[in-house]
Amino acid sequence: MMFKNVLIAATFLFLFSSLSAQEEDLLSLLGETETTDYTNASFKTNRVINLHSLENTASGVLDFKISHRFNPINNGIYDFFGLDGANIRLGLDYGVNDVMMVGIGRSSFEKTIDGYIKYKFLRQAKGKKNMPVTAALLLTSAVNTLKWTNPDIEDLLKNRLFYTSQLILGRKFSESFSLQLSPTLVHRNLVETLAEKNDVFALGIGTRYKISKRIAINGEYIYLLPDQVANGVTNSLSVGVDIETGGHVFQLHFSNSRSMIEKGFIAESYGTWDSSLEGIHFGFNISRVFTLKRKKLEN
Amino acid sequence: MRKFIIGFFLFFLGVQVMSAQKYFTKTGHISFYSDTPLEKIEGHNKSSNCVLDVATGKLEVATLVKGFQFEKALMQEHFNENYMESDKFPKAVFKGQIDNYSKLDISKNGKVTVKVSGDLTMHGVTKKVTTDAVVSINSGKIIADANFNVLLADFNIKIPALVKDQIAKSLKIKVACTLEPLK
Repeated sequence: MMFKNVLIAATFLFLFSSLSAQEEDLLSLLGETETTDYTNASFKTNRVINLHSLENTASGVLDFKISHRFNPINNGIYDFFGLDGANIRLGLDYGVNDVMMVGIGRSSFEKTIDGYIKYKFLRQAKGKKNMPVTAALLLTSAVNTLKWTNPDIEDLLKNRLFYTSQLILGRKFSESFSLQLSPTLVHRNLVETLAEKNDVFALGIGTRYKISKRIAINGEYIYLLPDQVANGVTNSLSVGVDIETGGHVFQLHFSNSRSMIEKGFIAESYGTWDSSLEGIHFGFNISRVFTLKRKKLEN
Repeated sequence: MRKFIIGFFLFFLGVQVMSAQKYFTKTGHISFYSDTPLEKIEGHNKSSNCVLDVATGKLEVATLVKGFQFEKALMQEHFNENYMESDKFPKAVFKGQIDNYSKLDISKNGKVTVKVSGDLTMHGVTKKVTTDAVVSINSGKIIADANFNVLLADFNIKIPALVKDQIAKSLKIKVACTLEPLK
């Protein structure tokens, strides 16, 4: 009998406690609605430094990019540490939708026009849909529009073309840390010597670490597989800082590459990061975004 | 023992009746407005949860910070990344009470203005909030509307000097919920 009483008391106690818990939290009555939470802002903009980052320009947004790579710093004070001369690339990037973007640009170096398409086929997400990484495919082409100077080879359009295919695989590991790998194939229709390969394989790695809400440190390194490119070409290594100020992102960096398009910074970097610092360039990308298509918000 | 069993059933019946006195929505519309001469910013979230206990006047609202939609993608990114830090603080929650509550008569259509007060938690900070709300009853549904202002500084949301003219120090917040009985 005693045992029964205790049992009854315990049951009541249990019921009451569960009831009052419900009273405490009305919202829990609704349960959790699971939503898919896509990761964004893995990088401040769609470039790490030279490499494409795993971020796209947002849907309906036009990103105007002004990029400079100055003369080598080791030119010294006479050349104002390189600032007296620059390669320039002007570019327009546009987000077609949430997963695809396109862009065009023109570089002063070799008067090159480039265009690309970037498509995210996996998006890092958690919640209803779970995906640990973002993966994108980047296809670029570039055409050199310099006056043709080689009398031995006919001036055909195909001799001026370069293509790049790149897989971008990355993850935002935490609020501040993102890392990506970019296995790349650069195809050059025409190369200068027999020793240089038309197809150049490389593996890029890019990362950023946010040191405050609006400032991040970026780094990238591109490893070239051996025996593919001209003598003296080095692996591209760049370090920089991203500063975001509302509608602008300023990317300031040092790099041993002077080109801002794939075929150039991957296969034609000559600077060395040893103590001589020969051919290290200061440079910047300035990104300004314009919202062309506004999202409709009804009230 | 028999008494106990009867009591037990009555008790459960009571719980049933009580839960029928709760009204809810999962599609509440919460919006906020920042108006400055330089820039107008507004965000909308149409999947907010709200529960009202008609028996007691207790009211709770919750919304996912990431669910706010903006006209410009960059605003949305900055809202989440720089201001609300939605990875760290995914939800904004209000838990409160209709003051001097006298039971709403759901069977009659009508409109009353009430005072609601309670705790608003967002960006990791909890603050007391008091506002007028209009509660109307229309064919068995409760429609609740409220407008109030919050100071960003109260919630530890800092505006950098560079954009201080583009973002209002005080945001206008609108809540519009149509509540249905919770079964």
